[in-house]
Amino acid sequence: MIPEIGLAALWLSAALAALQLIGGLLGAGEKSHPLAALVRPAALLQAGLCGLAFLCLLYSFIVTDLSVLLVANNSHSMKPMVFKIAGAWSNHEGSMLMWVTIMAVAGGAIALIERRLPERTMLATLGAQAFVGLGFYAFLLISSNPFERLNPAPPEGSGLNPLLQDVAAAYHPTTLYVGYVGLSVAFSFAVGALLTRNVTPDFARVMRPWVLGAWIFLTIGITAGSYWAYYELGWGGWWFWDPVENASLMPWLAATALLHSASVLAARDALRTWTIMLGVVAFSMSMVGTFLVRSGILTSVHAFAVDPERGSFILALLAINIGGALALFATRAGTVAEGERFSPMSREGALVVNNVMLSAILGIVLLGTLYPLLTEAFGVKVSVGPPYFDPVSAIFFFPMMAVLVIGPLLRWRKDSFARVKWPVLIAAALGLAVLIGTAVLTDIAVLALLGLGLSIAVAVSSFMPLRGRSLRRLPLAVWGMCIGHFGLAVALFGMSADSAFQQERLIASDIGDVVDIGPWQVRLDAVKPAAGPNWVAMEAEMQVAYEGGKWRDARPQDRHFWAPPQETSEVALITRWNGQLYVAMGNQVQDGRWQLRLWWKPFVTWIWYGGLLIALGGVLALVGRVVSDLRRRSAAGKLAERREEQEARA
Amino acid sequence: MKRLIALLALVLALPLAAPVLGQDTMPPAPYAYQQLEDPALEAKAQELMFTLRCLKCQSQSIADSDAPMAGDMRHQVRTRIAAGEDPEAIRAWLVSRYGDYVSYKPHLSSSTWPLFAIPVIVVLVAGFAIVRRMRARK
Repeated sequence: MIPEIGLAALWLSAALAALQLIGGLLGAGEKSHPLAALVRPAALLQAGLCGLAFLCLLYSFIVTDLSVLLVANNSHSMKPMVFKIAGAWSNHEGSMLMWVTIMAVAGGAIALIERRLPERTMLATLGAQAFVGLGFYAFLLISSNPFERLNPAPPEGSGLNPLLQDVAAAYHPTTLYVGYVGLSVAFSFAVGALLTRNVTPDFARVMRPWVLGAWIFLTIGITAGSYWAYYELGWGGWWFWDPVENASLMPWLAATALLHSASVLAARDALRTWTIMLGVVAFSMSMVGTFLVRSGILTSVHAFAVDPERGSFILALLAINIGGALALFATRAGTVAEGERFSPMSREGALVVNNVMLSAILGIVLLGTLYPLLTEAFGVKVSVGPPYFDPVSAIFFFPMMAVLVIGPLLRWRKDSFARVKWPVLIAAALGLAVLIGTAVLTDIAVLALLGLGLSIAVAVSSFMPLRGRSLRRLPLAVWGMCIGHFGLAVALFGMSADSAFQQERLIASDIGDVVDIGPWQVRLDAVKPAAGPNWVAMEAEMQVAYEGGKWRDARPQDRHFWAPPQETSEVALITRWNGQLYVAMGNQVQDGRWQLRLWWKPFVTWIWYGGLLIALGGVLALVGRVVSDLRRRSAAGKLAERREEQEARA
Repeated sequence: MKRLIALLALVLALPLAAPVLGQDTMPPAPYAYQQLEDPALEAKAQELMFTLRCLKCQSQSIADSDAPMAGDMRHQVRTRIAAGEDPEAIRAWLVSRYGDYVSYKPHLSSSTWPLFAIPVIVVLVAGFAIVRRMRARK
């Protein structure tokens, strides 16, 4: 019964989206239209119904209703509850339902809150949101119904991939999806602004908090995903330039560029068409990412060709949405007047560099991700991996970081280098000192060397904008900017330090052996069996000590899941402020010794602390913007009241 | 006679069965999970291993994979490096066996030139556009 309610709610939401689309388009015209009044209520109701459908699916997973095909295929009665719930979106149908739910909720939220833009633009925006939404409803209802029944119901479900039975995997996709789909709001605003030819600083101000919100979630999602891969795959790698990772990085790059160009548009009424373009591109990247991950094309182009239904559906959605938006852009961009001018030596100038570099990196990641798929379609298999992505993206990333040292210190419109000379020189000198010192003392790769130097320079300069300002009266958004940039420096420092200084040892250890790895001593005391609700494991009882200090426990496991059968390595991580000891357990060698894999990874945790700081910067900026908007709104309200009073008196 | 036939069948079948057995039940090759004694050689091997694709995994290099085949390839790389072979020669040997797919480092060829040409074109076009706009301003 519950799944049928969910399905009905989903169909109703789709119908409401259709209503919202028609009303929005008619209302966006020159004359007012009666249907326009229905657009906002339709968006709200759609959000509610779609949420209900999602809850119904959650319920089916919580009670493990095996008569639902999706539950039978992806769940198991013995699974811990948190993974039963996460199982609802750890599969194709469930994740697409989550996608439309977030999209409907975002649409409902703008319908409820947003009143700053001209009503016509808002209607066009909501119409666009409904248009994109309808495509995904169709996809769900026609080719991936999450509520499909299975008759007869099997006695037991087939389980969930053990790699996904992890707390990070429970929230990682949700945060990423909120980010992906949150960008649909930016897309809809861009389309709405183009349709009604209304590209103003107000448009940027209205769009910015939504982009910021989505961007925060993407940042957290990517950070969490990277940490998950780091400890779950058992080999200490934290970024593989895997197409799935790239799929989440590309929208992030576009959203980062969009945030910066939107701030130019909001503050200075410049970069109008460019900002619109980025709004379209950002969500397009979300859709490209979803296509890559959900169509099966990554496993093999041929697998995609054999069962192309879902893939072609998303591809068609992609073509319609992106193609349509770009066509609209092409016909309307010419009519958007050029914005304010600025000199290259200005805040805008620096932000243009940021945008060009981010777009270039985005282009490279897109090229490197799609290229192997393209050649495979023509029968040539090539691999594009870290040896390509690292140096080629660094060509653009490092200059961008260099400009980041100076950019936030510059004034809008026109500035001179002489005014910001000292803070920039101090930061640059410190960065150079670290770079030269490291180059002299150690022998590390040039990319890591540049990364270390630039991270120091950016870290120092990131708080320079606070200089000479009253810290208590400083807007929260400025704090957000400083902390976000500082976080980027912290992350870059972690990446460079880890790649330059990590140490690795692979050993076969007898019980009682003591081995050195970097500053650590590691001793294997015993190997014992262990068991959990749906796995058994061999667990190594180990003691580790940093520089001859106190011995601490470390218990890595070699874990065997049985539903479905799979082997995973549960690593032991011993964290210090200056890095992590990474211990993974392998198999038993023939002579009875145990294989151990040990890494000392200096400052590796700073990568994720940096990611979290970046997200924190985003949160501060978002709170700052929303609070100041609310103040402005209440001030405007009071002003209007007073005016009315005066008029009444007169 | 019957015994002889059985024996003969066994002998004939053995070579067929051996590769199958070789996949999983054989212990991993010695250098799959063991580093080279010389740190400089090991570093050289590491660097190469990170740029070789594990053919059984999704987007992992042979340096970070548990797959038996990745272990065998690590063994190959380490023993060859220890024997003094040049890393690029080992890559070429692996590419000749498994095709371009095995190498994460795309070398410039008739099938990969756009990977290098497109970024260059992008840089040129972006630089040109910026210079032109800046000139127009003045």
